[in-house]
Amino acid sequence: MVSKKESDQKVIKKIESLAKDVINEINKEQNPEVKFPLRGLANVHFDEKEQVIKMGNKTQSRVFFNVGQAKKFMQTFLVAKVLKDLIKQGITTPIRSIYYNSKHVIADTKEETWTDQSESDPIIEDLEVTLNALREELHIRAGAKGAMVGNLTIIDAGDRIDLRKMGSGGWSVPSIVENEIIQFDKCDAEYILFIEKDTIWSRFNEDKFWKKNKCIILHGGGQPPRGVRRLLRRMHEELKLQVYVLVDSDVYGAYIYSVVKQGSINLAFESLRMAVPKARFLGLSAFDFERYNLPKSVVLKLKDVDIKRIKEVMNYPWFQKKEWQKELKYMLKTGVKLELEALSSKNFKFITEEYVPQKIRNKEWLD
Amino acid sequence: MSKTYAEIAAGKQREISVSEFFTKNRHLLGFDNPRRALLTTVKEAVDNSLDACEEARILPELWIEIKEVKENRYKVLVKDNGPGIVKIQIPKIFGKLLYGSKFHKLSATRGQQGIGISAAVMYSQLTTGKSVHITSKISKGKPAHYYELHFNSKANEPEIVKESEVEFDIDHGTMIELEIEAVFQKGKRSVDEYLEQTSIANPHATIHYANPLNEKMNYLAAVNKLPVEPKEIKPHPHGIELGMLISMLKETAMSSVTSFLQKEFSRVSSQVANKICEEAKISPKSRPSRIARQEAENLYNSIQKVKIMAPPTNCLSPIGEEALLKSLKRGVTAEFYATVTRNPSVYRGNPFLVEAGIAYGGSLEAEGILQIIRFANKVPLQYQQGACAIQKAVAETAWKNYGIQQSKGSLPRGPLMIVLHFCSVWVPFTSESKEAIASYDEIVKEMKLAIQECGRKLATFVRKRNRDKLSAKKKDMFKNYSLELASSLSEITGTNEKKIYAELITIAEKMFETGALEEKNGE
Repeated sequence: MVSKKESDQKVIKKIESLAKDVINEINKEQNPEVKFPLRGLANVHFDEKEQVIKMGNKTQSRVFFNVGQAKKFMQTFLVAKVLKDLIKQGITTPIRSIYYNSKHVIADTKEETWTDQSESDPIIEDLEVTLNALREELHIRAGAKGAMVGNLTIIDAGDRIDLRKMGSGGWSVPSIVENEIIQFDKCDAEYILFIEKDTIWSRFNEDKFWKKNKCIILHGGGQPPRGVRRLLRRMHEELKLQVYVLVDSDVYGAYIYSVVKQGSINLAFESLRMAVPKARFLGLSAFDFERYNLPKSVVLKLKDVDIKRIKEVMNYPWFQKKEWQKELKYMLKTGVKLELEALSSKNFKFITEEYVPQKIRNKEWLD
Repeated sequence: MSKTYAEIAAGKQREISVSEFFTKNRHLLGFDNPRRALLTTVKEAVDNSLDACEEARILPELWIEIKEVKENRYKVLVKDNGPGIVKIQIPKIFGKLLYGSKFHKLSATRGQQGIGISAAVMYSQLTTGKSVHITSKISKGKPAHYYELHFNSKANEPEIVKESEVEFDIDHGTMIELEIEAVFQKGKRSVDEYLEQTSIANPHATIHYANPLNEKMNYLAAVNKLPVEPKEIKPHPHGIELGMLISMLKETAMSSVTSFLQKEFSRVSSQVANKICEEAKISPKSRPSRIARQEAENLYNSIQKVKIMAPPTNCLSPIGEEALLKSLKRGVTAEFYATVTRNPSVYRGNPFLVEAGIAYGGSLEAEGILQIIRFANKVPLQYQQGACAIQKAVAETAWKNYGIQQSKGSLPRGPLMIVLHFCSVWVPFTSESKEAIASYDEIVKEMKLAIQECGRKLATFVRKRNRDKLSAKKKDMFKNYSLELASSLSEITGTNEKKIYAELITIAEKMFETGALEEKNGE
């Protein structure tokens, strides 16, 4: 394991050499250029063998003297400068602070360096892939989202934390969960239940589901942040725990499952560190409505955007498994979606006492 | 036995006097209200003066004065340096309706019916009872003749009140003074506007004008060359109507139909004449005066069927591309000007041509719809724009192609002025007041082509102007981003910030110069 200091020096060198290359080009009176690995659907492929989404070799070039790219080019080095400062000072900040730290009025104009954070976030991601550095190596973290409880004891920044004694709120999963911060201690869990939303997770925690079923329950507050995904991967790998995924029966739920399992398009370069290819999809399935005889009043009609997104997702190479095509087609056919909460039409404890235990017991999952 | 209706009616039937006709039809002649009457009076006098000068190949210089005598009563004076009028003709020209030299010929002159100036004289007399004063001199050595005339409206004859020889301060020319009931106003459709536009259509003319507010305007000639003299032409067979054909047949001195067709019309060869006769089943040798009505109709129909060469076009007198350009530059403060004179074309046997001019930017009103200035044979058309082929042509042009705002099917908006001149031996006005040109397809098409030609030149200018604006903006943008970039790069590497900035600016300048700056947006 590389020491913190060493990794810091390495990243600072990379930032400096990126800037020096540009200065050299300027010296030669060339149009300064930076090349980035292209992020997006066009530059990812599904690695069948490893069952994860991987980034391709395509790059995009960003030049300064181009009407459409000048500002982004300028912003790239604005962020690079802030990152170098952070590393030098040994401070880790949320991604939003970088936005605020570098936001100012440009020269004697009325224009600001950023209009909003949606501009600065992708630039940071650009630099991550260009510098080939992890977020934590760049001293930045995303907002913490997600909570965990269960039959596990961990050590978090030196503090021993028993996840069996976390009350109703649970332990908040930090953004950086690497070994130097989080270590695993005593574990008597048999599997991990990953739940899409905090509300349903609370229901499971209230019933002490993890105690009765000897497991860990974890939610990612919707689309799970990197910390949650990285932690899932580490627990799966290091503690040899199976991951079960419980999401809404809609295209967004399905996509969250795929991100957990195979990685995301945007962070394809991190798939190998984050994805859990063996994760199993427990529900809700589009067929659960009939299987569990749910009343008609609990379904929601698909909107146009839902239909469009289903058709898009159906074409992704990592959604080509027969069972998944069946799920998505059935959603289109019935024209409806189901939320996890719909199961409470049976009774409030149905999801914790019958649905999940039965599905696991009967091996009713999708792979 | 009582009288039959016809007999009773006969008692009432009498010749209608010209003055009665005038009073009943004054709206047709442009005297329907005191405001318009003033404009029409000036207009008729000025048109006559300009025509007279051009026919005599004299560069026109005109003096116009309008003075308020009392409320709603104005004295109008129009003087020109034209050829003058010989003594015995003076009373008739000003004091007899439908007396003139232009009615019987086909050429592109301003006035055409000889009704104009004498109508003004009649109006003057009807509203004020005053006589009209004419002074005219035909050359340096000859005396100037002065007349005070009354108009005998019953007989359609002039009455001489006074005549004498007088001093005149020019070598040759004519001056008319009349007093009329009128209202003077400035702005749209005013005499001021009329003279301003007249100066645009007549860059060779010098016009001095003093309005009732004693504001003096001097429009000096922008060119010192007279426009091409319009040649008089015979009518083209395709432009004639049946009634006209019948009366021409009666009046001709020719002894056979074929020679009649060849001599009285343009573009009729003996071959064509024979073909027309053959088609009409009339013997080529028949006497024109013996052609019966039915035969005349056959003749008329066969004329339409036979292919005849387009009429000659030397009867047209355009302003000229260059003269119009100079004229626009003299009259309008703009940033861009373009003019075009189209080649002559034909509608219903009548040759015509269209000229267009565009002025853009500068002092022209930036908001609101464009300004259209219409001319027919160099005479400004100030009324009924909405009914005119010119407005139709302007609205039907796709202005967005030229970088000008326009909602679909309506007039474009922006700092734009369009001048359109329709020149023809026979202007197809929509009504007798001669204010709007009828929208014949051939005419609208030519007008659109002329506008488009100017429009394309305008587009180049507008695009360049927008580009210049944009590139100034871009330069600033790169300068500001360079400051930021230099600062970041300097902080990361420790390199001198000012040096990086200076080098960036060098690259930027070079790129702007060579146009190497990449225009494409996005990555």
